[in-house]
Amino acid sequence: MTIKDKTCIVGVGQTEFGHRGQFAHKSQSVQIGEALEEALEESGLDRTEIDGFSSFSMDSNDPSLLAPSLGIPNVNYAGMVFGGGGGGGCAAIANASAAILAGYAKVVMVYKIITQPPNMRFGASYGRAARSDPRSDFHRPFGLMAPGQFFSLFFRRHMHQYGTKTTHLAEVAVAQRFHATRNPRALMKTPLTIEDHQNSRIIADPFRLFDYCQENDGGAVILVTSAERAKTLKQRPVYIMATAQGGAASWGQGLTSQNAPDDIYPSSGHRHMAPRLYAMAGIEPKDVDVAELYDHFSGMVILQLEDYGLCKIGEGGSFVENGGIKWPDGNLPVNTHGGNLSEVYLLGMTHMVEAVRQLRGTSTSQVEDAEIALVTSGPSNLPSSSMLLRR
Amino acid sequence: MARETISNPTPYMPADLAELAPDGVTQPYWDHCNQGELRIQRCKACGTFRHPPLPGCPDCGARDDEWVRSEGKGRVFSFSGVYHPVLPNVAEYVPYNVVLVQLADAGGVRIISNLLGVALGDIEIGMPVELVWERVSPDVNLPRFRPAGG
Ligand SMILES: [Zn+2]
Repeated sequence: MTIKDKTCIVGVGQTEFGHRGQFAHKSQSVQIGEALEEALEESGLDRTEIDGFSSFSMDSNDPSLLAPSLGIPNVNYAGMVFGGGGGGGCAAIANASAAILAGYAKVVMVYKIITQPPNMRFGASYGRAARSDPRSDFHRPFGLMAPGQFFSLFFRRHMHQYGTKTTHLAEVAVAQRFHATRNPRALMKTPLTIEDHQNSRIIADPFRLFDYCQENDGGAVILVTSAERAKTLKQRPVYIMATAQGGAASWGQGLTSQNAPDDIYPSSGHRHMAPRLYAMAGIEPKDVDVAELYDHFSGMVILQLEDYGLCKIGEGGSFVENGGIKWPDGNLPVNTHGGNLSEVYLLGMTHMVEAVRQLRGTSTSQVEDAEIALVTSGPSNLPSSSMLLRR
Repeated sequence: MARETISNPTPYMPADLAELAPDGVTQPYWDHCNQGELRIQRCKACGTFRHPPLPGCPDCGARDDEWVRSEGKGRVFSFSGVYHPVLPNVAEYVPYNVVLVQLADAGGVRIISNLLGVALGDIEIGMPVELVWERVSPDVNLPRFRPAGG
């Protein structure tokens, strides 16, 4: 038995998108309430039907406070995915599906808000502690302490092994910026060219300014229920075909340890999950119509294209060339909302929301007749996650 | 290739980044470093090297380990030039390099470190490097690297 097609996403809601620190004064639980309001409204569900809570990334919004604050009478399921960053997003959807299928809950709200006050800037998270810890002792003394620095090492190796170029990084940034210009909610809408990218300042070589995601405050709520219940709700149901979580043990803390085996080192760490994901869904990579791939850094889009079999290993660079992931004419439109790079960075919640919009036919860069969407959550140390959705 | 030799700050990165907090698993590594020996953890049962240290063997699960001395020779597996200081205390150190060195005699494990005496533009994947110790405090001796001759 798998979860295939037995549960659906029936409502999505987002907060206002803020710049880093903009909503720091606001309780995250207040923002969850705002996003939930929108999700309930569009779904047609009543708040009292929610009886499950699912989140990720060390969420501090405990249902013991959240449920009474939101007027939700029953807490029948509460679960959270291990790991920081954005790796657990799709796994939080997976947990919701499993809880519903197991009969623990009938409607699960998946939620995540990020706020980044000045002393909690996410990009410095690995170096911020006053002292080191047993694991960071192996990188922090050498000045390796920010996510982009770690990922730059993967991508540099990829360039060496496969001839990938920084203009390939530019292709990702440019395509996603184009998508953002079509999305009224996106925060970065100034058109971007390959030259603009190549002329931007280097942050951690080979990554430049425009290879980095934004830093934002805000979040989203996604409502999951059974396929049966979904039939009588307001939106066209979006079926959860398959989910995958985890990774290879040999990847382990591959981001921060930098010791994944040679063959998977220049990857996103997702390669181990992809076969399980497609097998559960019963489809092949060529069946994917649109992909919302977690883009903390442009280069990780290229590595995920390879790991999910959307192109051959080592050919991610040529796949994105000449607008290869640009809507509407690319090989495969990717991050049609603009992604973390150009729409907003909310730990990947918006990638899941955008996939739902694509499958409802309401994206601002709508892929014609999109039937199947791939969504991934943040490549990082294990566990990460991904999912396939269909209309 | 003619390589320009440059001088670095000493130590290469600020000493306060190297206020270590080892636990029982990682303490032997740092004790060896403090004695000027680079020793890599190896499984006693199956002989697989592992780094950073782990309480058990990823390959066979055995918990018995030994610490095998490495000569500290290897090649640059990947590298980055860091231009943006993420913390105020590295502002005067940018741009600096971070290198990932694959040791020649330790089953392919890689050490995160810095390469001394080299301009950023001269670092290449595959270049041979050798260990050089840099003491940053009475308790902490860090393994750093420099280009190996030839
Ligand atoms: Zn072993």
